[in-house]
Amino acid sequence: MSDFSFWVILKNLIWATQWTIALSLIAFIGGGIVGLILLFLRTSQVKWLEVPTKLYIEFFQGTPLLMQLFLFFFGVALFGIEVSPWTAAGLALTLWTSAFLTEIWRGCVEAIPKGQWEASASVAMNYIEQMRYVILPQAMRIAIAPTVGFSVQVIKGTALASIIGFVELTKAGTMLNNATFRPFLVYALVALIYFCLCFPLSWFAKRLEGKLNVAR
Amino acid sequence: MSLVSIRDVRKSYGTVEVLKGVSLEVEKGDVVAIIGRSGSGKSTLLRCINGLETYQSGAILADGIEVGGLHANLRELRRHVGMVFQQFNLFPHLTAAENVMLAPTVVNKTPKKEARAIAAEVLAKVGLSEKMDAYPSQLSGGQQQRVAIARSLAMRPKVLLCDEITSALDPELVNEVLRVVEQLAKEGMTLILVTHEMRFARDVGTHLVFMHHGKVHESGKPKEVFAAPQTPELQQFVSGIG
Ligand SMILES: Nc1ncnc2c1ncn2[C@@H]1O[C@H](COP(=O)(O)OP(=O)(O)OP(=O)(O)O)[C@@H](O)[C@H]1O
Ligand SMILES: [Mg+2]
Repeated sequence: MSDFSFWVILKNLIWATQWTIALSLIAFIGGGIVGLILLFLRTSQVKWLEVPTKLYIEFFQGTPLLMQLFLFFFGVALFGIEVSPWTAAGLALTLWTSAFLTEIWRGCVEAIPKGQWEASASVAMNYIEQMRYVILPQAMRIAIAPTVGFSVQVIKGTALASIIGFVELTKAGTMLNNATFRPFLVYALVALIYFCLCFPLSWFAKRLEGKLNVAR
Repeated sequence: MSLVSIRDVRKSYGTVEVLKGVSLEVEKGDVVAIIGRSGSGKSTLLRCINGLETYQSGAILADGIEVGGLHANLRELRRHVGMVFQQFNLFPHLTAAENVMLAPTVVNKTPKKEARAIAAEVLAKVGLSEKMDAYPSQLSGGQQQRVAIARSLAMRPKVLLCDEITSALDPELVNEVLRVVEQLAKEGMTLILVTHEMRFARDVGTHLVFMHHGKVHESGKPKEVFAAPQTPELQQFVSGIG
């Protein structure tokens, strides 16, 4: 017990933090790409594109992330496909993130005045061109703050991956606790590390929000 | 054949019929001024011509292209039918020149350099050569509206639709925009404009259309119509303006 000094615990936790960061990055970047594609479908005004997208978003927003992780980890195995915790966690978090980002971004797209759509339409631009050159450049400005803000949720969301055996910060904490029986110290450190990851992001998001409000 | 042909067009919002069978022929070089009370359907008619609104029956042909219908080629249509709005609707994240260049480069695939030359030309035409690199927020309302006109002109439209393009402007800025439109008319541009500027309608228009309750109530040569309005509604409308 005593061979696990404070420093050994900390070192192990910091080592595990890299997997939390890696998983967060994958979920955030993957989710951003999928979310952008979904955003185009969701705002296309084409019913047969919008309805399935809406259902997708409703599913990932309306069910617990933990259930989604289970579905990917255990559910896919039922079909005889072996999934590593890495793959399951990466996929589930990516899709979960994409659903939320799509909704955040849709709000920003809808905040752009109708006149921008009409003016760009009247110079013969099609939907993709309107989005690419007129709507998104303006929507992006207002999307930055809530997007950065949501990245905090993604980081915290990765903690659930511990349950399917993915060794990230939370899982490492559990393992260290089992070995050292010092739950308060271990989990206090785990919480502190999460805080160090999340606080700068939420602080940055708040600052951006303030800045944009002043600019308006 | 007419450049724009509107045949018995009807449009409803829900159960409210806003256009009740409008017919209008616009020839190349015509300057058609549409006047009428608020809510008479002027904007709706104009927006139907470039497909911003759909209509339920009748037909609109612009430059030979059918506007309504499921397979309407709106993109091709809008390359030939420009529109200027009351609220300018410039793209705020782009400079004046970029506003003008966007559609030629993106839609027509005009090379950047050539598009820049087009922008310089049309911005000069509206008297804003100096403001090529200004952002909309750095321009006055009158200047913004002139950039909006230039943006439409860059696509070399065959007809330009203008919906009360001076109504959002401070009175002292109205004339600089009207002068640009008058110049376009002189150069032979086909124009369909909804306007509250009666003097402008009379002096620059080649045709006057008075809309009332979703119909063309009276029309004709502006000077004649203004001098002797035939219907009581138009008499009232004209005298009401003074
Ligand atoms: N999107 C809409 N939904 C429902 N009704 C509408 C819509 N747009 C216009 N209308 C109605 O259609 C009628 C005609 O409107 P329109 O904007 O064409 O009038 P207008 O002649 O341009 O008036 P104004 O001089 O005020 O601009 C009005 O009664 C208006 O309330
Ligand atoms: Mg109107």
